[in-house]
Amino acid sequence: MKQFTLADCTTESAALSQLNGGAVVKAGGVDLLDLMKSGLIAPSRLVNIRNISGMNGIQSTPDGLKIGALTTLAEISENPEIKSQYAILSDACGHAATPHIRNMATLGGNLLQQNRCWYFRSDDFACLKKGKDVCFAFDGLNQYHAIFDNGTCPSVAPSSAAVALLGLNANVELSSAKRGKRTVALKDFYVKPEVNPMTRTVIQPDELLTAVTVPKPASGTRSAYQKYGDKKSFDWAIADAGVVLEMNGNICRKAAIVMGAASPVVRRSPEAEAVLQGKPITEETARAAGKAAMQGAQPLSMNGYKVQLFPVAIYRTILLAAGQMGRDPSAAG
Amino acid sequence: MATTKLTPEVDPLLQAAANAAPAAGTETVQMPVGVPGYTLRQEPRQVPVTEPPVLPVNKDLQYIGKSPTRWDSHAKVSGTARYTYDMQLPGMLYAKFVCASVPHARIVSVDTSEAEKLPGVKGVYVVQHLLGGAVLRNPSLDPSKYPIVRYAGQPVAAVAATHPHIAEQAAQLVKVQYDAKPFVVDMTQARQPNSPQVFPGPADQAGSAGGGGGPHDVPQTGNVHGPSIHKKGDPEQGFKDADVIVEGKYTTQVQVHNALETHGVVADWKPDLLTVWASTQGTASVRDELAAYFKMPKSQIRVITEFMGGGFGAKFGAGNPGVVAAQLSKQTGAPVWLMLDRKQEQLSAGNRPSSDQTLRIGAKKDGTITAMQLISYGTAGCGTGAGCAGPVTHLYDSPNLHTEENDVFINAGPAAAFRAPGHPQGAFALEQSIDELANKLNMDPIDLRDKIDSNPVRRVERQIIRESALWKSRNPKPGAGAGSGYLKRGVGLSQSVWYRFIRMDSSAEVRVHRDGSIEVLSAVQDIGTGIKTVMAQVLAEQFGVPPQQIAVKIGDTNYPIGPNSGGSVTTASLTPAVRDAAWQASQKFLASIAPALNTTADDLVLTGGEVRSKSGKLQPVSFRRAAKKMDTDVVSAQAKRIPDYDPAKYDTYGGVDVAEVEVDTEMGLIHVKRIFAVHDCGRPMNPMQVKNQINGGLIQGISYALYENRLLDPKFGYMVNPNLDMYKIAGPRDIPQLDVHVIESYIGQSSTDASGIGEAAGVMSAAAAIANAFHNATGVRIRSTPMTPAVVLEALKQAPQRSETA
Ligand SMILES: Cc1cc2nc3c(=O)[nH]c(=O)nc-3n(C[C@H](O)[C@H](O)[C@H](O)COP(=O)(O)OP(=O)(O)OC[C@H]3O[C@@H](n4cnc5c(N)ncnc54)[C@H](O)[C@@H]3O)c2cc1C
Repeated sequence: MKQFTLADCTTESAALSQLNGGAVVKAGGVDLLDLMKSGLIAPSRLVNIRNISGMNGIQSTPDGLKIGALTTLAEISENPEIKSQYAILSDACGHAATPHIRNMATLGGNLLQQNRCWYFRSDDFACLKKGKDVCFAFDGLNQYHAIFDNGTCPSVAPSSAAVALLGLNANVELSSAKRGKRTVALKDFYVKPEVNPMTRTVIQPDELLTAVTVPKPASGTRSAYQKYGDKKSFDWAIADAGVVLEMNGNICRKAAIVMGAASPVVRRSPEAEAVLQGKPITEETARAAGKAAMQGAQPLSMNGYKVQLFPVAIYRTILLAAGQMGRDPSAAG
Repeated sequence: MATTKLTPEVDPLLQAAANAAPAAGTETVQMPVGVPGYTLRQEPRQVPVTEPPVLPVNKDLQYIGKSPTRWDSHAKVSGTARYTYDMQLPGMLYAKFVCASVPHARIVSVDTSEAEKLPGVKGVYVVQHLLGGAVLRNPSLDPSKYPIVRYAGQPVAAVAATHPHIAEQAAQLVKVQYDAKPFVVDMTQARQPNSPQVFPGPADQAGSAGGGGGPHDVPQTGNVHGPSIHKKGDPEQGFKDADVIVEGKYTTQVQVHNALETHGVVADWKPDLLTVWASTQGTASVRDELAAYFKMPKSQIRVITEFMGGGFGAKFGAGNPGVVAAQLSKQTGAPVWLMLDRKQEQLSAGNRPSSDQTLRIGAKKDGTITAMQLISYGTAGCGTGAGCAGPVTHLYDSPNLHTEENDVFINAGPAAAFRAPGHPQGAFALEQSIDELANKLNMDPIDLRDKIDSNPVRRVERQIIRESALWKSRNPKPGAGAGSGYLKRGVGLSQSVWYRFIRMDSSAEVRVHRDGSIEVLSAVQDIGTGIKTVMAQVLAEQFGVPPQQIAVKIGDTNYPIGPNSGGSVTTASLTPAVRDAAWQASQKFLASIAPALNTTADDLVLTGGEVRSKSGKLQPVSFRRAAKKMDTDVVSAQAKRIPDYDPAKYDTYGGVDVAEVEVDTEMGLIHVKRIFAVHDCGRPMNPMQVKNQINGGLIQGISYALYENRLLDPKFGYMVNPNLDMYKIAGPRDIPQLDVHVIESYIGQSSTDASGIGEAAGVMSAAAAIANAFHNATGVRIRSTPMTPAVVLEALKQAPQRSETA
């Protein structure tokens, strides 16, 4: 790790005024320190935002929720309102990573963490995501890589919270010293590798992610998230699913089906959603939706098994959301 | 330990003396032998008259066989325990390795000038002799100024600086020019005749004090070092005589030790003494390697290991970190800290070789084995030691046996002894084949083993399992899986065997002071297994005082020689020496106080914290008050390990494990629900610590079975997961209920009659037990580890093998 200075800020404006000249934000530091230790980034200044009091906490508003970017995953997962009204979000935050990481990790940092790919994360390989012109995963070891949108860079989206928030149509609030505040829908927040493999999101180096807003779900909404890994503890998803169902009795009016570890950017599956729309939720429709979600999947040489896993993750999570199945003992986190 | 070696490590002279019975100065004593409740009896042993009285079985003892609080548990839990990693000395420098960035090359030049100029840098050293890995039989085949780079991550040079970050920066400034050579990191490819060659000629690796290393007297063709062939009887005829033959191909992955504390030392080279704090399994092994490397007398080297954070077989000798830190300390005149980072640990500090095994077993209809044949290939990187014929050679009775073990060189870091070298691999194939045989013969797997395994202790262990609720709940029909829908439940069993190795370099000194304090000293290191606590228990039993009152001083070569902790030798080797020293010291103590008490030493006994008179001549006095009567300030005795009383008997031990799994057939996940483990280790000196070892062994075995895998990119030769998040190790939620049952198995071999447990602790059998449970659940054989969802789903694509059911 290279030497750096640490700017410890207690207000948003102080932090924003420090965000120049290659400075990098540190929230929980879980992903950031990994990147620094393996030499992938070497910022000269770290701006610690952890001690900013105004960017913390969960507010219930008439329109929904406003969650400060510094709220920890543990806090989100334990919030009673989120548990009852936004189960997908408490599920996602409560099963991401491990209990100790969830105590450190912030929502903002979770959404902004870098993608998973061992070639990208190794200092032995200079790849597309580091500004070079080659991806090593195509001809290399790709058992954990993307099965969708993997033509340029098959790294996978890491954030469980993003899966939930995409399903809930959330927005993120960004703030910069020069340009003030702006709001971006989460669906427009992430940048596909085809567009630019090096930038993961539209956030600018001088911007802070200050909060996430979540619209109130329609009445009759039920939701859930489940994540599956090789291991149950301390592991990344090999398949995960977020499901939001707007129910009218037993009929699904509208559905959102989201996958994280399937592609470089969290992905909704309109195909799966269409299968459920206007139908009762049964094991049969749930399985059909899971199957539909794999339309267009293009597995690489070693990750074909993921095409088998996602439909299972999806159907079981649909049934969990609909209250027809308990939390899957096979799920991780 | 080499898999086929069965003779305990004893000094041949002492052994000859021991065998010349009835030797002068010996007497015949009766000792407890067998398993209480099953086979316990008295057997005669010829024992030197200088030995202490025979210890009764555990239930008749006060401190041995009980589980007092671990000596160091508070220090470890509270974080006050100081490990090598934590060492800080005044003026200490931090060193960092410069590692090879290519998998195979001749080094043309190493330019250290930029690094030397960096402020804070105090020393730079370019590695001249590399330790570890195989060495060419004819070194002139590969002339080179610097060691040839045979794997990415190999240490090339090191820098020492005032701060770790400066050292890291300086390491990046060292410019190494490589003349790159073709390389191979895939074992299958390496076996091809046209593959790039890791060595230009035959090469061999020496074993360490922990074992490992391969045979030296075998042929080498290309990268294939072997075969090492062992034959017994007439295997060909044996297979002809068979009614049933099972044959299978099994593959296992490379596993990295990944002890929590990485390899390394702090070296302080002073003109008259080199002091080294080392994270090691053998203080003596570090001293000996440094003495040989620097050609200095052992008496000028002191090695200290107060606490160490795990080794699993890979931490013997000074190794590259040790000699380089010592060299840098010599150069700079300052103490030097050199610990590997996690990536270096995974690349260069040892691993368990892979295996690719073809196993054939022939049997009669009644189960009697007629022949067994194992052909194995495995890679130990640029080292050797991938043999895995231990289980097939030692578990079952077969008149005819044929094994061929091959090491395949690849451009990867060398293997090192790893908790039961060769056995997890070998057992994975053997114990599944035995299970398959049982299915084919329509026999219960326990009945079959009763037929073909004559070891009396495992027979008792199987009996305990047969009677367990878990075993009774097993549906004998493979694939019938008691579960519903996509969840299939299964129960499977595996056995394991390990060898009784004894290290004669095991001594201890016991001192009794006039203030009544007692201490025991030995250079032995506590590698986390708890030998400190056990030593205190042995003294407590002898002196009749609680173990908390005993001061245990270990982990320092200034004390009497201690055994290197490899091969599960520590408790079995050292405790008899400790007991003998304690016995002798207690006799001297009694002799020293008897005159002042107006009696004779043989009238006195030590018990209940008191000195009591057998004749009733005097009132009991507390130990402390009695000590005041000593005629000198300290009495002491030193004793060394003597050979086992009857070394021909009981040369192996082991255990039997049953796994219960639930297979999620859609997700390809194996959930291990429970393991019931029944193990023996001679006299359990501290049952809680024995259980700790078995818990750890089972966890490591589950982790091996399902998760761990060193992955090398085939095109570039770099490890893609050299960290602890992508190198996957079982975490809390991956660990099932572990029901550990330790049996007492007296063998009448020494004054404590302890055996080891570190290796016979489930690490050998977990994968096979899980795979057998998987078959029981699904009717499908899974022949490859780690059994990840990808592997499980692939296996489940096969139709259940009806052929396995009769
Ligand atoms: C073994 C393991 C398993 C894991 N499994 C999961 C999992 O299943 N699901 C999951 O979601 N995550 C998982 N994680 C990842 C973990 O949740 C994230 O690393 C963590 O949430 C990051 O949050 P942080 O606050 O520590 O971010 P930091 O590391 O501090 O920051 C991450 C990035 O975001 C930037 N940043 C942070 N906050 C802001 C802000 N407010 N404004 C602008 N920029 C900002 C930083 O500059 C940095 O680039 C796992 C991690 C590990 C080690």
